[in-house]
Amino acid sequence: MVVSLKNIFHCALFLVLCFFGIAGVYILLSAEFLAAVQVLIYVGAITILMIFAIMLTAKLYNAKIRQSNEQIFPGLIIVAALLVATIFTLSRTAWKLSYEVAEVQSTVGIGKLLLTKYVLPFEVVSVVLLTALIGAIIIARRE
Amino acid sequence: MFCIGIFGVLTRRNAIGILMSIELMFNAVNINFVAFSKFVTPTDFVGQIFAIFVITIAAAEATVGLAIVLLIYRNFKGINVDNINIMKW
Repeated sequence: MVVSLKNIFHCALFLVLCFFGIAGVYILLSAEFLAAVQVLIYVGAITILMIFAIMLTAKLYNAKIRQSNEQIFPGLIIVAALLVATIFTLSRTAWKLSYEVAEVQSTVGIGKLLLTKYVLPFEVVSVVLLTALIGAIIIARRE
Repeated sequence: MFCIGIFGVLTRRNAIGILMSIELMFNAVNINFVAFSKFVTPTDFVGQIFAIFVITIAAAEATVGLAIVLLIYRNFKGINVDNINIMKW
């Protein structure tokens, strides 16, 4: 739906639905912290950003504009090939499954790991985020 | 889902549509990380931590991408990527 609808605004709304579904998948995989982060960041921030951009660049509401280009059939072929390759790999590989149960909640574990073992990537990623924000402001600023 | 995202990137004319498809691909990768973390190494949370980093980078990418889209819209009066060909000669 997100990639096929004519109206870009409807696409954004279906993207919200899709993100909620992914948050549900995270909960099923017992990653509650990630589900919360997903709802906050994707549904709360990124989609709002998308909708803002759509409204600022408007003229798309009449929805009669053709949204896709001439590459649909080559795109379909490439995507089908990739899908077949993925399924083939998935079905042929013997995964080493492990049936242990984690002894702590995922949120507790993530918090401990982020501030002990992975503290350097954590800081680096925050610097990256800050740089991206400043860069976006500078890019979008009017001259 | 990753395939749907790639299909969107390849076939969209609208730059915002391309950004949304990229977000779909990020989410597909994240689900993979979390699922493997759950079923292969359930006692440590490395996959989930990596997924958090991916989400952060995706947010940064979305902000910068949308800023670029706004700039393109201001300069070209439209955001169809096949009209933007000044890098091509």
